[in-house]
Amino acid sequence: MPLIIKNDQVIEDQWTLLSADAQLEDVLQTQQAIVPLTLWQQHKNQLKPIKPLGVWLDAHEVIEDLADDLTFFDVIALNFPAFTDGRHFSSARLLRERYAYTGEVRAIGDVLRDQLYFMQRCGFDAYVIRSDRCPHDALKSLTELSVSYQAAYDQNLPLYRRRSA
Amino acid sequence: MYIYDNYDQQIVEDRVKQFRDQTRRYFAGELSEDEFLPLRLQNGLYVQRQAPMLRIAVPYGLMSSKQIRMLAHITRKYDKSYAHITTRTNVQLNWPALEDVPDILADLASVQMHAIQTSGNCIRNTTTDQFAGVARDELVDPRPWCELIRQWSTFHPEFARLPRKFKIAVNGCTNDRAATEVHDIGLEAVHNDAGELGFRVLVGGGLGRTPIVGSCINEFLPWPHLLSYLEAILRVYNRFGRRDNKFKARIKILVKALSPEVFAERVNEEWLHIKDGPITLTQEEVDRISQHFTDPDYLILEDQDEALAKLDEQHPGFARWRSRNVTAHKKPGYAAVTLSLKKTGIAPGDVTDKQLDAIADLADTYSFSEARNTHEQNIVLADVEQSKLFELWQQLREHGFATPNIGLLTDIICCPGGDFCNLANAKSIPIAEAIQNRFDSLDYIFDIGDLDLNISGCMNACGHHHVGNIGILGVDKKGAEFYQVSLGGNSGRAATLGKILGPAFAQDDIPDVISKLIDVYIEHRTPEEHFIDTFQRIGIKTFKERVYASNN
Repeated sequence: MPLIIKNDQVIEDQWTLLSADAQLEDVLQTQQAIVPLTLWQQHKNQLKPIKPLGVWLDAHEVIEDLADDLTFFDVIALNFPAFTDGRHFSSARLLRERYAYTGEVRAIGDVLRDQLYFMQRCGFDAYVIRSDRCPHDALKSLTELSVSYQAAYDQNLPLYRRRSA
Repeated sequence: MYIYDNYDQQIVEDRVKQFRDQTRRYFAGELSEDEFLPLRLQNGLYVQRQAPMLRIAVPYGLMSSKQIRMLAHITRKYDKSYAHITTRTNVQLNWPALEDVPDILADLASVQMHAIQTSGNCIRNTTTDQFAGVARDELVDPRPWCELIRQWSTFHPEFARLPRKFKIAVNGCTNDRAATEVHDIGLEAVHNDAGELGFRVLVGGGLGRTPIVGSCINEFLPWPHLLSYLEAILRVYNRFGRRDNKFKARIKILVKALSPEVFAERVNEEWLHIKDGPITLTQEEVDRISQHFTDPDYLILEDQDEALAKLDEQHPGFARWRSRNVTAHKKPGYAAVTLSLKKTGIAPGDVTDKQLDAIADLADTYSFSEARNTHEQNIVLADVEQSKLFELWQQLREHGFATPNIGLLTDIICCPGGDFCNLANAKSIPIAEAIQNRFDSLDYIFDIGDLDLNISGCMNACGHHHVGNIGILGVDKKGAEFYQVSLGGNSGRAATLGKILGPAFAQDDIPDVISKLIDVYIEHRTPEEHFIDTFQRIGIKTFKERVYASNN
């Protein structure tokens, strides 16, 4: 089983990511599937009874389209087509801070060590590091910066409400 | 100026360690060129034609003498003993070795400096008026607000991978010396009828390939909501700004595509969710930051008009310098002095290590140990006693800072251009020099009067050519360097973008072209008109006819 980072540890992944062109029957034949958003939207009623279930959004897909369905998912995976793409940094914050989603928020795609610090602050708690890179090495980045100025998901007060005089 | 506490210091020290490790991983082959690129860029490190180029952050242009001495030391130890002041009031090194950069950052951190977010697709250095805190026309001191924005934007996790770079400017004066109308976000501090402080918010201004003046999306944003509103703007941009085409990725393209009205609605919708949340600013924090920007220990003095007028009579050179390089101060008996970095024969904005040391000494002696970089690429000593102007002038002459040309034709804004920059289509520094050589008579440039001449070596417009009264843009024509000239740009209040004069010129023709443009102005001006006024009255046609007619 491939290794992923979950809650600051490297573990074996239990989930299977289904590709963008996956069909309903692929889901039924897979244990712990993460399904593409469009498939969910087309087959909501058939998919709703499946537990556990995950869904993934591509970079251009917006979290608002899933806002009413969040309770059906144990994992919401957000895809990064390139490590320079920061759109889902906002999606993760919205999921956590606006929609109070408490399941796993997973980064997939072009996920490399040096994005993780930012992702963690935005509310991600699982990372599938690109397969040619080492997740144990990537783990180090989560603790590289020890102080942050802003409020975000990991720290809901900005530094100016935390500074001791 | 703002002094770091343990938290601020920890952030820059962690950053040094982090970047040291990123550099190590790059040399070890653990990071590819492409993967290292955004990491080094967000640390101000370009890999350029000759060598890497390192851009050091100078938040809103403000430096202490201690920091300036460190910059001098760094140029000596790691570079070729000179540095360049950029149009974002940062300091750039043109020749550092990649492997030395972590050590340079460590030296910078020891004086509360860094290179964080001076490049790359993130929120860049916030800029403001070089006369902040001392200007006579100031309504609100913008510096505390710039510092609040600096802290909010430093490693903001959500906005670390934006579609494109993002620049914010703040103005608190009647005049706009911060060019807020051509920034991604321009903030103007204002008071409402009830006397409360807030900000007028402009978005989507900018230069580059698609120059455009910003649109107002909020006439009065009460100050406690400044950061939540900025966060809402950035969130809309981060999510919906274009990422498919680098040339259409700035926020101005999104604002234009949606229309400023619709963009404002989107921001408002977002803002309603986060308004009044924990990032609402507190009076305590504003006070904490503001106490770093209180007045220095000014003496009770009187203006020295008579004594200075007498010196003017005896020393015409001093009179000339005073008329261009000395600016009125809010305190009686004080003045702000601009050190010209535009001496002919020296690349605009360049300073040597010795000059930096000299500036630090002068700041200690004459200006409460502080100096400021300006976006016109000069340096200001903001708090000089008028009775010491004469002695300061003599010292500035020795160090090559007394060229009396501030705001005149030879005070050229100029990017590093093709001599240094990978992006450039053409050289820019030799063009500036050729123009300065042509206009070598001080009497003549004084007679020409106020004139902004800006040069960019490519479309990215680092030299702000669109907002020059005369703008020059380097273009590539089938592999040869040519220069397109535009007229009528202005970066102040009611900013305007220059109009292109016509077909581009060869490098050697540029001084003649500028001479002809100036001739037209001299012939048509009324006694009180500056170049820009005459241009606005008579239009581009007369200029065009003169320049192109004589080419035949």
